[in-house]
Amino acid sequence: MGMTMTQKILARHAGLDSVRAGQLIQAKLDLVLGNDITTPVAVNEFEAAGFDRVFDKSRIALVMDHFAPNKDIKAAAQCKQCRAFARRFDIDNFFDVGEMGIEHALLPEKGLVAPGEAVIGADSHTCTYGALGAFSTGVGSTDMGAAMAAGQTWFKVPSAIKVNLTGRLRPFVSGKDVILTLIGMIGVDGARYQSLEFAGPGVAELSIYDRLTISNMAIEAGAKNGIFPVDEITKAYVKDRVDRPWTAYEADPDAEYERVVDIDLSQVDCTVAWPHLPENAHSAREGKDIRIDQIVIGSCTNGQLPDLEAAAAILRGRHLARDVRGIVIPATMSVYRQCMKRGLTDIFLDAGCIVSTPTCGPCLGGYMGILAAGERCVSTTNRNFVGRMGHVDSEVYLASPAVAAASGIAGHIAHPEEV
Amino acid sequence: MNVQGTVHKYGDHVDTDVIIPARYLNTPDHKELAAHCMEDIDKDFIHKVKPGDVMVAGVNFGCGSSREHAPIAIKASGVSCVIAATFARIFYRNAINIGLAILECPAASAGIDHGDQVSVDFDTGVITNVTKNETYQAEPFPPFIKDMIEKGGLMASLKAGKAEA
Repeated sequence: MGMTMTQKILARHAGLDSVRAGQLIQAKLDLVLGNDITTPVAVNEFEAAGFDRVFDKSRIALVMDHFAPNKDIKAAAQCKQCRAFARRFDIDNFFDVGEMGIEHALLPEKGLVAPGEAVIGADSHTCTYGALGAFSTGVGSTDMGAAMAAGQTWFKVPSAIKVNLTGRLRPFVSGKDVILTLIGMIGVDGARYQSLEFAGPGVAELSIYDRLTISNMAIEAGAKNGIFPVDEITKAYVKDRVDRPWTAYEADPDAEYERVVDIDLSQVDCTVAWPHLPENAHSAREGKDIRIDQIVIGSCTNGQLPDLEAAAAILRGRHLARDVRGIVIPATMSVYRQCMKRGLTDIFLDAGCIVSTPTCGPCLGGYMGILAAGERCVSTTNRNFVGRMGHVDSEVYLASPAVAAASGIAGHIAHPEEV
Repeated sequence: MNVQGTVHKYGDHVDTDVIIPARYLNTPDHKELAAHCMEDIDKDFIHKVKPGDVMVAGVNFGCGSSREHAPIAIKASGVSCVIAATFARIFYRNAINIGLAILECPAASAGIDHGDQVSVDFDTGVITNVTKNETYQAEPFPPFIKDMIEKGGLMASLKAGKAEA
């Protein structure tokens, strides 16, 4: 029987000719990732277990992004602990304030993930790198600590859902709308323990940034990973970033899928996930009566340059509605610089938004945009759980940068065609 | 091994943000994390929970973030075992890695109510609802995971493997 793309990558990293769904394997890892929240727990475990070396100092990435720049004294202590660990083991890829970015935007940008590689990260959105044709998945801190020592970890080989994409996206519609639509179709546990394998002629219609957004939110359907085939668009993205050899894997023609989900991209509209689950998908056109207090444009899901360009195209020459706060967060320092060079920063400031240094801050209710009781935010982030961005009685509506920008201007949830 | 305790019952899709809100993730301290466990969906939980109590929930328990702080907070609150219809995969891994007992059992999830007295036999996977005089059979762990638990979790298991090699 044939293997899925994910199964082929796992088989290679386990040193096996083939694997089947449900099989438990030990797989070698190309990269182990942690951030300023999860790494301290991993370091404590690593040290308590008495390890005195890391498996490869060039294959560990530590990114200070969640509560950095330090939001308070305890957050400062956590970053300090990560910094000390990075120095002790001479970790090559330690990204501190000034060169850091939001981890899942930063690692692809720096060429730290390549097609065909196997990556784990102590952050659930590690699944983002499936966009590049890599196997990547989120784990906890103990798994991270163990992997920093051993360079390998155990996996249960996942079965897969094939997402067959056809057609072409309409104006204003983006990868965010595609993934919110998919999660709306299959539910927040619709792909639990499974791979989402994207396929079909529609793949070629999606930019690498659309794919990064889609793979990023695979976890919101419960998936282990969300992976795209490697094509010319992938190759163009990694060409000037990755200087080591890499492998493009393809699913076998007779690979077995648990189910096939068809999405005609031309039928996808601007989509908003209403509180308090990402599966609560609605058309942005249904939101006229939902007044909002804040928009957030950024995060590992939608903080890339094309995301900010999409928002700026709508905000250009306009201003946020009265009583709406606008928070724009470029995902990396490079994106931040490009925003300034290309005049996007001016557009945001003229519209009444603030532009922050990269941080995960507001997405998880850390800082930089916490909501009070009763407040509503249209956010380009990835989760709208109870209390996710602040008070338990606040509400998060997940949307694309274009919808967030349009909603900020309108003062209510709005389709970009409306403003 | 057996545990017995009072049940704290929750619904489907209990996410890690409500198990331990991110605003408290500025510390890895187990006691501090436990002090805020479940507070966004059940403010009283941390005042009511007693050592040995059992948490029971519906499908997809522990969905969302990879924060290991979530099973740590539950374990440090005194909960001896979490029973759910299904678990999200990262939470499942994390719970095993840190030694929080978890059992997947749709029948128990459906049959057990808030406040019931429940006992769990981890060797057999039999869950007994003392209040209702019912029993439910949980899914057994795969041998690989059982072996890891017996060795004392992932780190201990890794070190044991290293010693053998």
